[in-house]
Amino acid sequence: MDAVPEFFRWLNDAHGINLSLAYDSYDGSRFLKGLWTTVWLSVVCILMSIAIGVAGAWLQGHRSRVVRMLVAGYVQFFRNTPPLVQLTFFYFAVGGLLPMIGPTGQATPLIDNVGWAIISFSLFAGAFNVEIFRSGIEAVPSATVEAAESLGYSRLGAYRHVVLPLAFRISLPSLNNNLVNLVKTTTLAYAIAVPELLYAAAQIWSEVFNVREMMNVLLVSYVGIVGVLVWVMHRWEKALRIPGYTP
Amino acid sequence: MTSRLVTLLAAAAMALAALPAKAQDTLAKIKDKGVIVVGVKNDYKPWGYLDPSGKIVGMEIDLAEDIAKRLNAKLEMIPVIAANRMEFLKQGRIDLIIATMGDTADRRKVIGMVEPNYYAGSTNVLAPKSAGLKGWADLKGKKVCAVQGAYYNRRVAQLYQPELVVFPAVPEALNALIGGNCVAFLFDNTLIESTLAGGDAKWAGYEMPLPNEDPQLWAIGMRLEDTDSAFGKFMKDVSTEWHKTGKLIELEKKWDIKQSPFLIETNSKMKGS
Repeated sequence: MDAVPEFFRWLNDAHGINLSLAYDSYDGSRFLKGLWTTVWLSVVCILMSIAIGVAGAWLQGHRSRVVRMLVAGYVQFFRNTPPLVQLTFFYFAVGGLLPMIGPTGQATPLIDNVGWAIISFSLFAGAFNVEIFRSGIEAVPSATVEAAESLGYSRLGAYRHVVLPLAFRISLPSLNNNLVNLVKTTTLAYAIAVPELLYAAAQIWSEVFNVREMMNVLLVSYVGIVGVLVWVMHRWEKALRIPGYTP
Repeated sequence: MTSRLVTLLAAAAMALAALPAKAQDTLAKIKDKGVIVVGVKNDYKPWGYLDPSGKIVGMEIDLAEDIAKRLNAKLEMIPVIAANRMEFLKQGRIDLIIATMGDTADRRKVIGMVEPNYYAGSTNVLAPKSAGLKGWADLKGKKVCAVQGAYYNRRVAQLYQPELVVFPAVPEALNALIGGNCVAFLFDNTLIESTLAGGDAKWAGYEMPLPNEDPQLWAIGMRLEDTDSAFGKFMKDVSTEWHKTGKLIELEKKWDIKQSPFLIETNSKMKGS
């Protein structure tokens, strides 16, 4: 059972390849916690950003001009500013203005660093998703929408049952791209000390000084995480395919 | 067209091959160029920090200047943080580290440490008085801000099990402490003392509530291969002289640092020998 840690200890002593996370239980648990944080942070942000994208794309066709302007403003703001700037802005500038909760002396801010990371990344990727879904919606032939309307669908009904299902299939490849980018963007949470993968790796290499080894571990980890996401998305694309329908 | 490409590639390959040839003695290199490059802190009052005009000043800067003067070289300072200073040194971007670096056995495997050490610090926390911390055990399960690469992070995390929230540099960590994102800030007692003594109204409600722990020597860092070279010997002599002449104690006073028993002890020991 101890063969694996023994092997990595030997690898360090004999060849100077120090993968401390394999034999030091403290480093190992830190790394696994980082991996877990990255995975669930990614999943939560992916779901929230898709929700924002769907809602935003629908509101873009709203009757009221004010609503359309608000959506356009949101997309412009979050698409035109760097995610790292948004993140530090939320955490250090906005976070300090919020009320504190809890008993005096132990009060904590309403939203902690993980909360801000989720909010910031979801809004950032959501802005892109709005535009991605818009491109899908605009690719749905207007004749199809008119046919739905003549069958008595309301605007929301036609959107939910006719436009969105078609638009979604058209948007999937570019959505896929954006979500891969979102997973990689989660490394920025490192700047506000969210214990994700990059943070865990940086903790380990600044104490054990195995920068080169940890960099490789990091790259391999992200290839794996993104690989799983891409696989799931492709399966989804296949499952959603309508035989004979080519937009 | 292809032949031009081949020439270009060959030139590039030669340039790359020429790189490792820089394995020149550091002392000769410094004298040759007339410049010594030192990695220093710029966020660590009063050791190395920015004065209102934006210049880096502090006790460690005085030490770096003294070394440059003795070598008759120009001093070039590069701000470093705990997480990158040793990489900078190994890559040759800097010749020395004078950046509040603790002298640990693990680090000695990677870089050389100049002896005798020039200072000794301990670990403590900065916390709001309202947090009411009494002992180190009170930190258990609480969020404690810290700075990446500090040697005591691991020890404190394992011994007292706080939830460490580790930032890239001191200003972010202090900001998070003020923002209430953690109950305390884990750092060297010297920085905390000088922060509290600075008289900034921002820190009026804060204290250093715990007993100092884990005293640690600080050292100037140099490349491992320099340790036994002429440069290594030169640095050792300089450091010995600093202790003997009382220069370190003098500088400590100049920068308003609480007297360290380590310096007084070493000074009296060396004067006797």
